[in-house]
Amino acid sequence: MTAAASTSGVLDAAELRRRTRELLEARPPAETDRLDFLKARFDAGLAWVHYPEGLGGLGAPRSLQGVVDAELEAAGAPDNDPRRIGIGLGMAAPTILRFGTEEQKSRFLRPLWAGDEVWCQLFSEPGAGSDLAALGTRAVREGDAWVVNGQKVWTSSAHLARWAILIARTDPDLPKHRGITYFICDMTDPGVEVRPLRQITGEAEFNEVFLTDVRIPDAHRLGEIGDGWRVAQTTLMNERVSIGGMRIPREGGMIGPVSKTWRERPDLRTHDLHQRLLKLWVEAEVARLTGERLRQQLVAGQPGPEGSGMKLAFARLNQEISGLEVELLGEEGLLYDDWTMRRPELVDFTGRDAGYRYLRSKGNSIEGGTSEVLLNIVAERVLGLPSEPRTDKDVAWKDLAR
Amino acid sequence: MTTRTQPDLLYSEEEEALRAAVRDLLTDHCDAPGVIARTESDQLHDPELWKVLGDGMGLAGLLVPESLGGQGATHREAAVVLEELGRAVAPVPYLTSAVVATEALLACETDEAAELLSALASGRTIGALAVTLAAGPGAPFTSVRHEEGALHGELTGIADAAAADVLLVPAEDGGLYAVDADADGVTVTPQVSLDLTRPVATVTLVGAPARRLTPDAAPAVRRALRAGAGLLASEQFGLAEWCLTETVRHLKERKQFNRPVGGFQAIKHRLAQLWLEVVNTRAAARNAADALATASTDADVAVAVAQAYAAPVAVHAAEEAVQLHGGIGMTWEHPAHLYLKRAKADSIAYGTAGGHREALAELVDLRAP
Ligand SMILES: Cc1cc2nc3c(=O)[nH]c(=O)nc-3n(C[C@H](O)[C@H](O)[C@H](O)COP(=O)(O)OP(=O)(O)OC[C@H]3O[C@@H](n4cnc5c(N)ncnc54)[C@H](O)[C@@H]3O)c2cc1C
Repeated sequence: MTAAASTSGVLDAAELRRRTRELLEARPPAETDRLDFLKARFDAGLAWVHYPEGLGGLGAPRSLQGVVDAELEAAGAPDNDPRRIGIGLGMAAPTILRFGTEEQKSRFLRPLWAGDEVWCQLFSEPGAGSDLAALGTRAVREGDAWVVNGQKVWTSSAHLARWAILIARTDPDLPKHRGITYFICDMTDPGVEVRPLRQITGEAEFNEVFLTDVRIPDAHRLGEIGDGWRVAQTTLMNERVSIGGMRIPREGGMIGPVSKTWRERPDLRTHDLHQRLLKLWVEAEVARLTGERLRQQLVAGQPGPEGSGMKLAFARLNQEISGLEVELLGEEGLLYDDWTMRRPELVDFTGRDAGYRYLRSKGNSIEGGTSEVLLNIVAERVLGLPSEPRTDKDVAWKDLAR
Repeated sequence: MTTRTQPDLLYSEEEEALRAAVRDLLTDHCDAPGVIARTESDQLHDPELWKVLGDGMGLAGLLVPESLGGQGATHREAAVVLEELGRAVAPVPYLTSAVVATEALLACETDEAAELLSALASGRTIGALAVTLAAGPGAPFTSVRHEEGALHGELTGIADAAAADVLLVPAEDGGLYAVDADADGVTVTPQVSLDLTRPVATVTLVGAPARRLTPDAAPAVRRALRAGAGLLASEQFGLAEWCLTETVRHLKERKQFNRPVGGFQAIKHRLAQLWLEVVNTRAAARNAADALATASTDADVAVAVAQAYAAPVAVHAAEEAVQLHGGIGMTWEHPAHLYLKRAKADSIAYGTAGGHREALAELVDLRAP
């Protein structure tokens, strides 16, 4: 019997509410340092309640997280600023939870969740984007460590990250999906060089990362040698839900700002825009409900390929809605708030002005798997349609043309 | 002028020669890295390029009669120039000075206007109509106060005002006035623009000395904006065609899954669909240019159709270019974003597609419920 169950018998909403209040009493947010509060919350199992005990959770149903969050929000407790640590929370954590050793889980998850340590994702390469499995970054075993050389690209948050999830080729003689191994890479290693890449928004949110003789202890390997592709699937599936699947209230996403503008600015209204806005409003609301339903379905457990559908809808709607908003603004739509080159701390798709939202949303259908690739996943894995003939699956990676 | 029953939607040999000359010039003087670098500089317009286009090739005077020092050509030729400028997202005030401001002056009958037309035709003087870029033909526009020969007021969203030597300003007394941009009492303040290749600015007039061009600004402004909207379609066509061509080129080369990405049927169909849109845009843009050139009775319809169609196609083409380039398409270094920003701003310029559809509702008698 777990400690959780022993206090009240069942882990229901009432029990979680009770525990949350207990935490708030023990560590009143107003008098507690932010990080201390977050760590105490983690230790109380209220960080992500569906995670196991000792790792920030209680093994409770995922759907009960909302009870905790609402209680904490009402009490004015600090949150872990998920926009700053999206890759850690959305991608690294579920992968570590599923494939990590006990040491890895207890070393990495707490500072990850509290935002003490930022994570980034060293997956994409110049020659391996949609075809990620073609990656060429090499990891060679040397005693207890791996020596990594290669180049990664489009790495969001690399300039802030303490750790990275990394996939690299450990056996070029095997077909491409089989010779890959998954690692946790220390971004402070002297062989890691991060160079900013400026984006169409003017900011440099992502980076190029050059890896030169980076040493990764074997203890920081995640999963078996050669099993990296399978481990990466967990990351990618979670990435897609984490990009498109946030729980939001009605008008919570991109439809929010344009709806507000519409209400406040009767001078901008036209019949044409009105009908287009309402159509998008309906689609945004339905996408929100689909997400809600998906969450109810996977109360516990891993998201399946259906999650890809959420990200597809999210990307398209973000783009269409922000595009409509720029048009609605008319003369003001010709403006932009600021082109200054910055390396932002966090990314808010619905932040800044309409021009920024319009430009940034273009990335939503590229990052975390392009919409074309996700449509293929839906077609092949959800609908079971046959895949295109492949010439690259059974050939040794080293023999593929590049 | 007679109205032909069938518009000429092709390019004449002279027009093709003109295109070739402009394209050569832009290849030499307006490459993408240069345009990107300029968007990061203090001088968003390219004065050297403007000099060769205007002064060197005489293109600023295409719409101006020879008697006033222009080329005495038509909107058809100007449209060809704009196709090429769109293809290069060239940061020059061609549409605003050589088309819109010029058209406004052509509607004025004063000596003052004639003199300015000659100056604009030479390319050595740049003009800007001080009406927001967002205004479509026939839309209401802001006027400033006129008092004892001087103007007072503020106007926003004025395209290419920062490059202009002379501003054509509508006043509340109904007149259109010429104001020298460097005169006392005139301040032009750049606004941070979505499209840095055709930036907008605020014009503030505090007792700015003004010369009257016509007592009746409304028809002049309307004519100017109609020509702007009509010929913008040619720019949008050129822009869309660049996006399509460049994306096709990239996807023939880019390999993923051991094969060119352009070989995937889903991509081929998308690009074929875009090609259809681009083909349609060319026809609509040529029709508008021809209708303006021949002063056709169908010109209002032709312009509304062209703008209602071309604006979303240009945006779509640029959005596809970004998307189908993948990560590279999201970078500042790759020029796709210049086209996206221009296309998006163009979709507001001289009236939105929705605005033009509304105009059509009247013109072709399909009225709103
Ligand atoms: C804002 C942003 C942030 C990112 N952050 C990260 C990060 O933190 N870490 C990381 O590792 N990566 C990151 N990425 C990279 C992203 O995952 C890749 O850009 C993406 O997978 C596409 O790869 P690519 O850029 O090489 O495009 P390509 O693979 O070259 O694709 C080009 C185009 O072809 C299409 N295409 C490719 N294959 C097919 C097919 N079989 N059928 C139909 N169409 C196809 C694509 O959809 C795309 O439109 C980020 C990207 C962006 C834009």
